[in-house]
Order: sequence, then structure tokens, then C-alpha cells
Amino acid sequence: MPRSRLRAGDTLRTSAGSLRARSWRAALSALGIAIGIAAAVAVLGVSASSRAALLTELGAEGNLLTVGAGQDFTGAPAALPTAAAGMVGRIPPVQSVAAVGYVPGVTVRRTAAVPAIDSGGISVLATQTGLLSTLGGSVARGTFLNAATIHYPAVVLGAVAARTLGMARVPPGTQVYLAGQYFTVVGILRPVPLAPEIDEAALVGFPVANARLGLGGHATEIYLRTDPDQVQQVAEVLPFTANPAQPEGVQVSRPSQLLAARAQAGSALTGLFLALGAVAVLVGGVGVANIMVISVLERRTEIGLRRALGATRRQVGSQFLAESVMLSALGGVGGVALGAVATTAYALATGQAMVVPLPAIGGGVAVAISVGLLAGVYPALRAARLPPTEALRAG
Amino acid sequence: MTGRTVTGRTAAGRAAAGQAVTGQAVTGQAVTGQAVTGQAVTGPGGTSEPVLELVGVTKTYPGSPPVSALASADLRISAGERVAVLGPSGSGKSTLLHILGTLDRPTSGVIRVTGRDISALSDAEVSAIRGHQLGFVFQQFFLLDHLDAVGNVALGLLYRGGGARQRRLAAIGALEQVGLGHRLGHRPPELSGGERQRVAIARAVAGQASVVLADEPTGNLDSATGAGIIALLTEIASEGTAVVVVTHDAGIAAAMDRRVEMRDGRILSDTRPCAPATVAAGTPQRS
Repeated sequence: MPRSRLRAGDTLRTSAGSLRARSWRAALSALGIAIGIAAAVAVLGVSASSRAALLTELGAEGNLLTVGAGQDFTGAPAALPTAAAGMVGRIPPVQSVAAVGYVPGVTVRRTAAVPAIDSGGISVLATQTGLLSTLGGSVARGTFLNAATIHYPAVVLGAVAARTLGMARVPPGTQVYLAGQYFTVVGILRPVPLAPEIDEAALVGFPVANARLGLGGHATEIYLRTDPDQVQQVAEVLPFTANPAQPEGVQVSRPSQLLAARAQAGSALTGLFLALGAVAVLVGGVGVANIMVISVLERRTEIGLRRALGATRRQVGSQFLAESVMLSALGGVGGVALGAVATTAYALATGQAMVVPLPAIGGGVAVAISVGLLAGVYPALRAARLPPTEALRAG
Repeated sequence: MTGRTVTGRTAAGRAAAGQAVTGQAVTGQAVTGQAVTGQAVTGPGGTSEPVLELVGVTKTYPGSPPVSALASADLRISAGERVAVLGPSGSGKSTLLHILGTLDRPTSGVIRVTGRDISALSDAEVSAIRGHQLGFVFQQFFLLDHLDAVGNVALGLLYRGGGARQRRLAAIGALEQVGLGHRLGHRPPELSGGERQRVAIARAVAGQASVVLADEPTGNLDSATGAGIIALLTEIASEGTAVVVVTHDAGIAAAMDRRVEMRDGRILSDTRPCAPATVAAGTPQRS
């Protein structure tokens, strides 16, 4: 009993030949899927590249630790012992220390004429001169507090606080109304990504805060830099060093870790673009199904001929299914390439390293192939079920 | 009164009788044809196993009323026979060819290809029989434009599972056999009509088919080119492959050993050149 046999390689070669014979049509019908896959790959690539860049940046900031006393029963930052900053500074791997003290019940306004209720959420922090170098921050305008100005009513504004007060520059003599007195603004800071609380604060010196604002010299938060290799060890001893009486109330955190965790989480925008990409792939799949149905109608005589030459229904069907999958896979590969190009362009434009996640590449091609399979089922069935005599009559 | 009635009856009777006589004459012809078929069975058919055999095959297309495209056809085709199936359009010759080629299944009756009854076989098994035993040549050639001559001929072997190299070699051999050894790499649009049909014939014979079925193979060709194609088909038959040509051209039929005439879904006559009297009697009636 003879049997019809068609090798897998021959099926692929036959399908590839048919696609090549209509290469323009193939390219255009694969384009829809390519665009969808490209959008998804580009979005994943761009966000992965930005994340990688951010993580590299944060890696350099990984040795910053903060020590806080938590919050008191009013929700305001609780105080650490006066000696805490000095004690922390004596831990051997600690490279630099700076303490800030939250001044409760104080508002900052442009003038006394502004109602006290419009405080703008700006907090007043007493600070040491080493704060800026410990945080790795810098001033945008003017200067930071120095050994002289910490004794006088001088204030440095965080980036957000300055914006709230409507200050972009600090001409000499600029003043703000702080706790019933006028303080001279000597500088404005650039944003400090690792300590966003500084951005929203008005910074004054500890001596002037103690003298004029009634702060008892207590720190509420200590920032410190350690030897990068001993961050963990330092973090373990910090509670006992900062507040030996109540170590359990002390909160030690590593801001770079928080930011990194936030960066790892996908943003809502990424999700949106992925959804758009999925819709484009779906529409592309419908396009491929459409073109395959048209192809089956146009190639009725070819189908009849193949049946006459010994092709079984299954072999005719698998040829059309293979064409559909190839068409979609082509779109998938093209889309991944297009997405990678877009990611590279973005990386070059922003000076970041180019990262295209492997799951995006594999996933893109896999999704395209599955779409091709789905899109090809109906046309393949139609081709397979076409009676040979009817197919040959069409010619 | 009575006489008139009788006369009227007689007239009606005469008319009816006349019709009946004409009908009888036709039936007579059919009987002659059947007798010849009988001869064929006892003649060469008796000594060699038929490669293709129809027994009481009918084909009815559903509808109201149902269309009978083929009514109780019997046909035995032996190896190396050259058969012309003649008839006007609508006579059922295309249906006969499709059923002979297993492209269509009969409503009733038995088809045997090289002795094997195909009615019990699955579609895949029948497809395999087409791929291994039967070759087709069509009026419209049905070549794939994106393949060259070798590719088109190799297509005839694709579904038999051989290697690509083997198929190409066999295709080149078949093309040389039909006189197209110099046109191997040309695509159908670069070939003349006669050359295209030669490629199609090469495709049909490349796999050593037992029977080549040709449907109006010269229908799209001028008469000189057509004569060349018919000569090629008869040449193929001399190598042992049975050739069945469906045509409405009596000239082509004359080149074949045997003619099967069809009308209204019935085989009207089945004549062979070895019975010259039948041919002589049949020819003027047809024209």
C-alpha cells in the first residue's frame, strides 16, 4: 500500500517558496505583527535600560544609611539623643555623618502677610554643615550653610520648597518669614534623590535653631556614609549606637534599596504600552488570517493540483498552516529587531547602556508564532477541505 | 365516427412507433458498443490485468432534480493502452476522468486502480494512490509560476517522500525525455504553451505512473503544437503507461488506439482500431 509522505523540511521549503513568490504581500501582512512586537520590545527595552542605568547610579550610593527615631505620638519625627550623631561618627567604617533635627510647629512663608495656613508643607530642619557632602547633594543657587551662617538667621531651601515659595534665584537680601522672624535665603539645593525629605525642607543651622526656634539640640535623622564593604555590619550596630537606651525604636534604612525596589517594579506606562503592543499583535494576527484566507481562495488550482499529485488533506493543510506561522514568525523576528533598534536609539540619545531583556526577545517571537498558529488554523482547514475536483474547476 | 377514431389512433401510433424506432436504433448502437467492450474483456484485457477498471460506476449530483453525470459506466484500461474519451461538453467525460483519476468518488460502483478497489480506502490512502499510480495533464497546464521547469516536474514527486536531490534528478530525466533538456531552469512564463504542456507531461510521468489522464491537453494550443503533444502522449504509452485523453477533437481521437464515446452520462460506444468495420460505421455518424 503506497503512502503519501511529505518531509517536514519539504513542508517548510514549500511554504517558504510560496511566501517568496508573493514577497511584498508577505512583508506587508507580517508588518502588523512586527509593529506590535516592536512596540512591546521597545517599551521593555527602554524601561530595562533606564532601570539598569538607575541601578548603576544607585550602586554608587549604596553606602548611604539613615538613622531615625521613628515618629512620636503626634506623627512628628521623634528625637534621637543629643550625642547620637557623635557616637555614630565613632563607628570605625563610618566615613561621614550629618544630623538633621526636625523643628516642630514652624511654618515658612514668603512674608508675614501670607496666612499661616498656606505653609505649603515645607518643614524646617536644623542641620549641620556636613549634610550636603554626606548626601552627595549640591546647591543650584547660592551657597550651603557654613560654619558662620549656621549661627545666623540664614536658610537654605530644598528644591521643592524653593519651587513652593516661588523662588528660582536668590538675589542678595531675599528673605522668608520663618517662625515669626525673617531669615535670609542663602542658597537653593538641587534635588537629592536619595533623601526626598530634604527637597521639601528649609534648612537652618543647629545653633540658630536652638537659639531662636527652641530646638533642644536633638537630632531626628542622621545621614551617614560607610565603607561600601561594611554597610551591613554598620547597619547592625547602628540602633545600639544611636540610642543605647531604646535601640528598638531606632529605624535604620538604606535609601538606595528603596529606590531600587521602586525602579524594579514596572510602571503603569509600561503596562499600557504592552497592552497597546498586544492589541497591535492581535490586529496583525487577524490580518495574517485574512491574507491566508484570500491566499486559499486564489490558489484553489494549486490546491487541486497538489491533491492530484498525491497530497493528502493534512499535507495541504499543514502547508498553509506553516505559511501562516512563517509569516507571523517573520513579523516577530522583524519586530524584535525593530524594537532593539528603537531601544538602541533611545539608549544612545540618553547616554545609557542598551539593555534588551532576553524574555522580551524570546517572548516576542513565541507570541508571534502562537498568533500565526491561531491565524492559520481556519485557512488551513479551508484549504484541506477543498474537494480536488472543485479546486481544479476553478482554473 | 369509429373509423375516424381509428385513423386518429393509427396516426398517434405511427408517431409513437417512429420515435420508438429511432430510440431502438440508438439503443442498437449502444448495444454494439457494449459488445465491443465485451470483446475487450475477453481480448487483451483477459491476458493482462487492467491498470484502471470501472464497474457499474454512476455519479449523481444532488439537487432537484438530481443530475446524473455518469450512468452505469464500465471501463477497463490496460497497461500501455491509448484511450480517447470523446463527447460534447456536458456528456460526462470530465466526470469520468475525475472518477478515473480518483479525484472524485462515484455515487455507486467499483473503481480498481491496479486491481485495488479504492471505495474502502481513506482519503489519505486514495491520495497516495494518485501520487504513486496516476499522472494528470490539464488543459490549463497548472504549473506554478514561481518554480522553474525542474521544480514543477519535481512537484510531481514531492508527496512520495523522496529526497530533494533524488526528485530533481528524476525531474531532469523526465524533462529530457519530453525534449526540454535545454529549458530546465526556465519558469513557466518564459516558456511557450507547447513547452508548458510538455513540462506538465514530464510532471505526470516523472514518477512512473501506471496511467496518465489528460483533460483536453491540446485545448489551449494551436493544432501543430497540439499534434506534437499528442505524439508525445502516444510515445509515453508505448513505454507501458496507459494514456487516457479526454477531448472533443475527433482528430486527436484518431491518433489513439481506442475511443470511448460519451453522451448524456453514458458510454455510447467503445471502439478499437482492430475492429475497422465498427470505426468505419461510427465515424460518419459522429461528424
